[in-house]
Amino acid sequence: MGSSIQYLSYYLPQLEMDNNLLADQFVGKKAKELFDISGVKTRHVAAKGVLGSDLAISALELLQKEHPNFSLKEIDFLIVSTLVLDYNSPTTASVLHHKLGLSSACGTIDLPQGCSGFLYSLSVAEAMITAGNARNVLILLGEVPTKAIHSEDIVLRSIFGDAGAAIVVSENPTKSIGKFTFATFGDGFDFLKVERGGGRNPIDEAWIKKYSDQENQLSFGRIEMNGLEVLRFALKEIPGFLEQTLVKNGLTLSEIDFFIFHQASAMILKSLQRKCNIPEHKFISNFEDVGNTVSCSIPIALKKAAELGNLKKGNKIVLIGFGIGFSCIGTVIEW
Amino acid sequence: MEIVDFIAAIEEEFDDLNPGDVSPNSVFRDMEGWSSMHALIFVALIDSKYNVLLNGDELKSCVTIKDLFDITLLKINGGGANT
Repeated sequence: MGSSIQYLSYYLPQLEMDNNLLADQFVGKKAKELFDISGVKTRHVAAKGVLGSDLAISALELLQKEHPNFSLKEIDFLIVSTLVLDYNSPTTASVLHHKLGLSSACGTIDLPQGCSGFLYSLSVAEAMITAGNARNVLILLGEVPTKAIHSEDIVLRSIFGDAGAAIVVSENPTKSIGKFTFATFGDGFDFLKVERGGGRNPIDEAWIKKYSDQENQLSFGRIEMNGLEVLRFALKEIPGFLEQTLVKNGLTLSEIDFFIFHQASAMILKSLQRKCNIPEHKFISNFEDVGNTVSCSIPIALKKAAELGNLKKGNKIVLIGFGIGFSCIGTVIEW
Repeated sequence: MEIVDFIAAIEEEFDDLNPGDVSPNSVFRDMEGWSSMHALIFVALIDSKYNVLLNGDELKSCVTIKDLFDITLLKINGGGANT
């Protein structure tokens, strides 16, 4: 039995922080400068106290409105990907299982895999269904990177935005999710990370004191990024990884209708499009509308493209996720 | 590979630059509105045009546009690992 994406919805928090609003928070900065830095026109910011799991639930509520025939009773496996967990333990998936009143026969797992989180979740959903262990898998994604960025970090505040997404993956006799390719470059783990909050680097009194002027005293940790190394990783590894994904699926570049890469940054997307020789009309990007929404970025791009009527039934779409870890994951889906 | 083409590619890449704004002796960190993101644009541009991926130390060692050109040329010609 194969599988396919049956339903997909996303949610953006109400507060929209465009470049004018953001520039007002930096003395001497203009909106255009922020666009030049990031390639983002606007991003959404979750309200105080709202976590990724809340945004994921909001996305699910939208999905239920858009697809009234869908019932949570059909779900027999739940996968949650968020970088800011509700608790260190138990899993956020367990917490959401309770909130949503899912069946006790429903399995749950967290896959906090950052920007690769959606595709990692999709790969597990596909494997569960193909193996006959599940029929309908719910993937909930929720990201609040803005809660873990220092207020004076103009680059990260320009790039990242908050969002939630809900995806239902179901059995499909004519399989439409292709084979997955995976890669990990663990030597890059230190170049993009959430500093503090783990067992090896717990938040202590000095941290709280240092960041006493920040929302939540950066108690979810602080995103730290070596932009040069992230760029080098993407430019060095992704073109070859794309080729591997195509070969594994028995396809060539020209046979692909659309390409959606993780919406990391405008510059990375532009550079990868050039380097991979992908025609502009086939390269889907909505980075300037929402910024980098971590695990939600590919689902949002996919849904927006569908809403614009760009995706036709049977289209072959390459999806490539990459990010924290460093990790890469790719597949081809049939729309 | 000529430095005039290298400079032309840089001037084309940055919206705020016009032809003739950049010379071999231009100190790129003195460009108006310079930020760390501009350095990344150079790295991405050089990679896409010349298939040369500069690293942090190489970037730090460069002061002028000619320095960037020279190190790119050196790596094209096999002088220095393309890491």
